[in-house]
Amino acid sequence: MDALEILFTASFWVAAIRIASPLIFATMGELICERAGVLNLGIEGIMTAGAFAGWFTVYAGGDLWTGVLVAALAGAMFGLLHATLTVPLGLSQHVVGIGVTLLATSLTYFTYRLALPEVTSPPKIEPFQPLPIPGLSKNPVVGEALFTQTPLTYLAFLTVAVVAWVLYRTPVGLAVRAAGENPSAVEAQGISVTGIRIGAVMVGSALMAIGGAFLTMSAFNSFFFEMINGRGWICIALVVFGSWRPGKALVGAILFAAFDAYQVRLQQMSGGIVPYQVFLMMPYALSILALILVARRATYPKALMIPYQKGER
Amino acid sequence: MAASTVLRLSGITKRFGPLVANDAISFELERGEVIALLGENGAGKTTLMNILFGHYVADEGTVEAFGKPLPPGDPRAALDAGIGMVHQHFTLADNMTVLENIALGTQSLWRARLDRSAARQRIAQLSTDFGLAVDPAATVSTLSVGERQRVEILKALYRDARVLILDEPTAVLTPAETDALFRTLKLLVAKGLSIIFISHKLNEVMAVSDRVLVLRSGRLAGERETKSTDRKQLAALMVGQEVKPAEVSQVQVGAPLLMLDRVSTARHNGAGLDEVSLTLSAGEITGLAGVSGNGQAALAALIAGTRRPTGGRISVAGHAVGDWSPRAALGHGIARIPEDRHAVATIGDMSVTENVIAERYGSTRFSRMGFLDWKAARAFAEEIIADYDVKCPSPEARIRLLSGGNMQKLILGRALDPEPAVILASQPTRGLDVGAVAYVHRMLLAARERGAAVLLISEDLEEILALSDRIVVMSKGRLSPPSARGERTIRELGELMAGHGGEGQAA
Repeated sequence: MDALEILFTASFWVAAIRIASPLIFATMGELICERAGVLNLGIEGIMTAGAFAGWFTVYAGGDLWTGVLVAALAGAMFGLLHATLTVPLGLSQHVVGIGVTLLATSLTYFTYRLALPEVTSPPKIEPFQPLPIPGLSKNPVVGEALFTQTPLTYLAFLTVAVVAWVLYRTPVGLAVRAAGENPSAVEAQGISVTGIRIGAVMVGSALMAIGGAFLTMSAFNSFFFEMINGRGWICIALVVFGSWRPGKALVGAILFAAFDAYQVRLQQMSGGIVPYQVFLMMPYALSILALILVARRATYPKALMIPYQKGER
Repeated sequence: MAASTVLRLSGITKRFGPLVANDAISFELERGEVIALLGENGAGKTTLMNILFGHYVADEGTVEAFGKPLPPGDPRAALDAGIGMVHQHFTLADNMTVLENIALGTQSLWRARLDRSAARQRIAQLSTDFGLAVDPAATVSTLSVGERQRVEILKALYRDARVLILDEPTAVLTPAETDALFRTLKLLVAKGLSIIFISHKLNEVMAVSDRVLVLRSGRLAGERETKSTDRKQLAALMVGQEVKPAEVSQVQVGAPLLMLDRVSTARHNGAGLDEVSLTLSAGEITGLAGVSGNGQAALAALIAGTRRPTGGRISVAGHAVGDWSPRAALGHGIARIPEDRHAVATIGDMSVTENVIAERYGSTRFSRMGFLDWKAARAFAEEIIADYDVKCPSPEARIRLLSGGNMQKLILGRALDPEPAVILASQPTRGLDVGAVAYVHRMLLAARERGAAVLLISEDLEEILALSDRIVVMSKGRLSPPSARGERTIRELGELMAGHGGEGQAA
């Protein structure tokens, strides 16, 4: 098969959308945090925790949606920790974020070992199954790619719409955006900046954790170490790539996933002449290029990474 | 309480540690009245308003609005009682639209939908009623300063404010915009609103208020009906003594010391320079007026050496300079009094000694073979502290702990000690009290008599008019032709500031 023909096959796009799904959840989560003015570098660890929490709930006998809920709660708790340190206490968002990532990751591995001391190969669960949407899934390429996914992928797309609606069409979204642009303006209206920011970080972190859970409950069927593998960091770049807009960030996530799916297929085609690491590198190199081209002129939230203390100006 | 009293403060006292910021302040505001709250920086005006607004809690005293006591420490309560405030630093989100800024916080947070069309209608109604034209769909960052202030006033009116507090509202406006603001205030009062106008500018207080309350060191120093008082009396109340304006003597203008020939720069905190030509001569103070953001920052950065020109030539004492840098500027005898004392002129957490040698620590006076001579440095710091009457605990004190006036004296001492040929003074008296302002003015005039060329960049037109031998006006990165002392009126200067009479644009 020709290298270009791959781009027109349904199976390629099915894979791309699947790879994009966890990125979409986590990117929306990060976007909410940053729109409120908080950079959440805990994302990598929160995704790890979510991946484990969701999977373990199902492994212990819970139902799949309960697993998603538990993952979201675990994420929200780490979000609360992050927000407590960065919002009312105003600590460095970089240091706290990296700390939360290290803590969440280690705590997850520790819990895994405590809960499953004996296992040698990761135990499996019955994950979400593809749910073709009647009528739509039969359309060639586009229909197949979009409408033969698992319910969690549909939820990812729904999340983008909801986040966009909330941010731009509701009073609370207005307050979130204003908290990231000029917190004094929010405080001057008698709305608590602290409350808005803590809430945004908790909701955002819950979405990150669902992104992690997608990997163990939809893309794969078990939890293993290092499985997040830098996806969280990619989401931080995707938020910038998307200029802090949900729709654009969605496009970015799908583009990145498409590159990722493409490089796997190129690897198979090249037959070992080119070292496979070159292909692995490709999506990351391209995302750096895309950032250079797209994000240089982006207007970022003005109060991003600036702690707000009441009464100071 | 009379039926027409809208606001009553009784015995408000607020202490910050040993400092008494407000000392038993009481006053009443009537319906349809404009009170001016006059006082120097640090007199306690802002603290008082922060208490009224629930940002601080008073140690003693109560606030009553429309006959009901206002619970302390609750910003929402003041808003709900119909008190609106326009802060000196606007509380607007620049990347959001006018409508979004106004609607923020006016609808219940948990509504499923922000009602934009209702908000748009109400803004349009208020705009027509009060003559405050502004496009609700415009992004705030594209608006001029005057328009932004209109948005702030609309924000308060949108919340049914019956009392409007304006904190130093004219500090950022052109004279034309100031006139427009005063017209708006008259209209608001005619419609039954009451206004508290906070200022330290006497002419504005006289122009706009019915009654003047003068604050000094946290106490109410006096209360006057505006019609039965004058500027001199108010100034004396404000400072506690008679203020003598600095005397300007005749000085022979000497050789040109710094020449800019059609110099352009990139943008820097506002407009960049667009082919600016300027000559600074010995024994002359050149005043640069203009609305902030029109290229003053770029000009100051260029002369200080922190920005390189993108075109044109700089010559010092008749010689064209090659490589331009802060070191080159210092080397050519250019002294700097930067605009921002805290961010640029000093390093807050370093000592007074370290700060005063910051520009010259490499000179043989303060270092030997790469080692600092702390004895000499400390002696220099003590010299400045004594000569310039700086109030500071010791040369080892962190400079952050000094008041603005004392910090400025140190900066002045550091800049003037080497007897510089050229002095760049950017907003040298911003935020200082009347006494410190007079001191800075005397020092600049003394440097002029000694034969230095001074460039005074200021947003305070009165300061420019009082000190400058020549005045140039900057607008959108270009300079007006110079005018001699007394040649142009305030109004003419104002028109130049606004870019020939149009609406002032501070992009």
